[in-house]
Amino acid sequence: MTVLARSSSVALGRLPRPGTVLAGGFVALVVLAAVAPGLLTSDTPTQIDLTNALAPPSWEHPFGTDEAGRDLLTRVIHGTGLSLGIGLGATGVSMALAIVLGAAAALAGGVVDTLITRLLEVTFAFPSLLAALLIVAVFGPSVTTSIVAVGVGSMPGYARMVRGQVLAVKESGYIEAAHALGHRPWRVFRQHLLPNAMRPLVAVVTLGVGQSIVWASSLAFLGLGVPPPSPEWGALLDAGRGYITTSWWLAIMPGLVIVLFAVAVTSLGRTLQQRLEGAAR
Amino acid sequence: MTAGTTGIAAPAPATEIPAPLVRVEGLRIRFGAREVVRGVSFTVEPGRCLAIVGESGSGKSVTARTLVGLTGHGAEVTAERIEFAGHDLQRLGERAWRSIRGREIGYVLQDALVSLDQLRRVGDEVAEPLRVHKRGTRAERAAAAVELLAAVGVPEPQVRARQRPYELSGGLRQRALIASAIALDPPLLIADEPTTALDVSVQAQVLDLLAEAKERGRALIMISHDLSVVARMADHVAVMRQGEIVEQGPAEQVLHRPQHPYTRALLDAVPSEHTRGQRLVRPAAGQPVVRRERAPIDRSRPVLDARGLTKVYTGPDEVVRTVVDDVSFQLYPGETLGIVGESGSGKTTTARMALALLEPTAGEVLLHGEPWTALTRAQRRSRRRRIGVVYQDPLSSFDPRWSVGRLLVDALSTGPRPPASAEEARARTVRLLDQVGLSPERFDAAPLRLSGGERQRVAIARALAPEPEVIVCDEPVSALDVSIQAQVLDLLTDLQDELGVSYLFISHDLGVIHHMSDRILVMKDGRVVEQGDADEVFERPQHPYTQQLLTALPRLAAA
Repeated sequence: MTVLARSSSVALGRLPRPGTVLAGGFVALVVLAAVAPGLLTSDTPTQIDLTNALAPPSWEHPFGTDEAGRDLLTRVIHGTGLSLGIGLGATGVSMALAIVLGAAAALAGGVVDTLITRLLEVTFAFPSLLAALLIVAVFGPSVTTSIVAVGVGSMPGYARMVRGQVLAVKESGYIEAAHALGHRPWRVFRQHLLPNAMRPLVAVVTLGVGQSIVWASSLAFLGLGVPPPSPEWGALLDAGRGYITTSWWLAIMPGLVIVLFAVAVTSLGRTLQQRLEGAAR
Repeated sequence: MTAGTTGIAAPAPATEIPAPLVRVEGLRIRFGAREVVRGVSFTVEPGRCLAIVGESGSGKSVTARTLVGLTGHGAEVTAERIEFAGHDLQRLGERAWRSIRGREIGYVLQDALVSLDQLRRVGDEVAEPLRVHKRGTRAERAAAAVELLAAVGVPEPQVRARQRPYELSGGLRQRALIASAIALDPPLLIADEPTTALDVSVQAQVLDLLAEAKERGRALIMISHDLSVVARMADHVAVMRQGEIVEQGPAEQVLHRPQHPYTRALLDAVPSEHTRGQRLVRPAAGQPVVRRERAPIDRSRPVLDARGLTKVYTGPDEVVRTVVDDVSFQLYPGETLGIVGESGSGKTTTARMALALLEPTAGEVLLHGEPWTALTRAQRRSRRRRIGVVYQDPLSSFDPRWSVGRLLVDALSTGPRPPASAEEARARTVRLLDQVGLSPERFDAAPLRLSGGERQRVAIARALAPEPEVIVCDEPVSALDVSIQAQVLDLLTDLQDELGVSYLFISHDLGVIHHMSDRILVMKDGRVVEQGDADEVFERPQHPYTQQLLTALPRLAAA
């Protein structure tokens, strides 16, 4: 059997598929746009040129221009940082909450577990976007509210996964071995339990970043996200909505970027998932 | 469904050797660039048993699978001759193989749990060959399945036939698998490690079954790494190593007058009552056996003292099960106390209570005369380093993210002298590696990339790191090949002689227990049925259960 296993791993090879390379390239480009937008475009996102308003895509303006003659590509590039930030922030918020709730439920067991599990079930039954809308309605639209709203909305799914993982890892031999060596419970949790429980979730988190950006954009599209002058992707989409019949590029181009990014991140996440599952025994 | 349904000739008298049923010449199997079987030849006659012996990776299983056309995906098989009852088996299509499997050649796989479809009833699984070869009606097949189960000694065959495989014990599953293999009473049976996962007494029943098929004139090819099982069954033995048969001949000759050094080393490595007090791995051919030199054991103060340990579980159905019942024992400094018993006898539960990883329902364990299990968790923590543990499956006891070095440095930090600097930690880890016979390069290795024997060495090094007085070894060599097992057992005894550490040594293998232990505890159904000096218990067992265990044990006669 060992022979078979060995030969099949050789056959699989370590070369990434072309799709993965493409997705990786796109994500790298987006990250670059977020970190250093100046490298990708020399224009400023607020450069008004009324003589060139609502120009369709051309070599000079690949994404066209908006009603104020601002170059849409430049605005998309400059909006990347905000969009990506909201995506990462929201995922961070939901993972942090999920770890606290999921791990507490799994480790405490008994009444605590029952209570947390019930709470999660209730929030599950509540549509996530509706939960996000509720939070925005209470605190008013802003970047922070977007992060918190999307983060809280997507938390229950992660919390359930964390709980399941912690339950599984808790019973593993190396946790018992660490206790047998006389390590303190907190150290065992920090060094062995949490990292190993989170390992399979890395891929899910990657998928979550893409999902969060789509959600944050949805909020912005509904006018409940980052307020309009900002070039956040969802806000751009919302601004383009009014011109959909006359100047299609205003909505289509930012929409395309959102979709492509979500697809790229999802593809990377899936590849990562397969790699991790392949590496696990 | 008895003998003779296939129309193959009746068994020949044992005195004359009949013409071979199977004839394999120059068999070569490669997977891509790796040649796993390199020119293997053998024959098997009706009414005889050929045992193919070898360690993992020797190519024995793939050779057996080739005879039923299941070599594996991507395999390239070439041979001068593969004949069965005069027919060429080479280049057969899947259709032709299906007509042969079950009817002409029965195949018993090693792991009955994965080989039986969990969702089908046992009876249907047993009768599957009948269905495939279109024998009888549905009702007749169902009746035949019950008959077959009864024939292989399954109690309450009618009830069992309606159960699903997961509802049966390992021994019953293995017997069901054999029942399925003999359903059409094929002239050739191939059994791949048929008893490896079984307890001694169940193993004896399964071997009886196979021996009975042989008596009826069926040819038997048995794949095994267990030389004592082979000694009981085989007429002819072929020893495989790295894809080649290094030695083959009559069982009597190969097992008692081995010619090849590898066969000799393999036989020497089997632990038993004869190997007590000597190393299992001989230094080199012709060198004398090295005997252990031990300091006398001081039995005045036990290092571990278990008093009336009891563990009771209440199931969800309110059924109370006593897993361990009033177990007491003392372990003295520098001594090995063996706990032997079949699966479910409560050995591991006892060990986990001794380690204070499991709260006893009643009774307690004293460590150096002081409370141990009675302490609170926090009080215990600082004393944990005094009692280490080595598990059967070392890999699962290592954090998969950690390297060997990190595992050992971590264990050192829990000891009485935690390393003060990174350099000191590394130096001491390298010394530990050296102590267990691993090279310093292993420091950065991932345990996943190590061999089974190396992993167990790392586990032993980790147990040693905090300088414990007691190490609980729970089936530490059960997953290892016999020569690797010999090395690990030698390592454990060397370390005991060097460091004076005590072992609580748990195993289901009576040979291993006898080889290792000074005193023995025999457990059955959670109770200690017999305890005493190892030689005493093995030579003059008092309890009927111990006597039964020892009779069931297949043995290699003294070499």
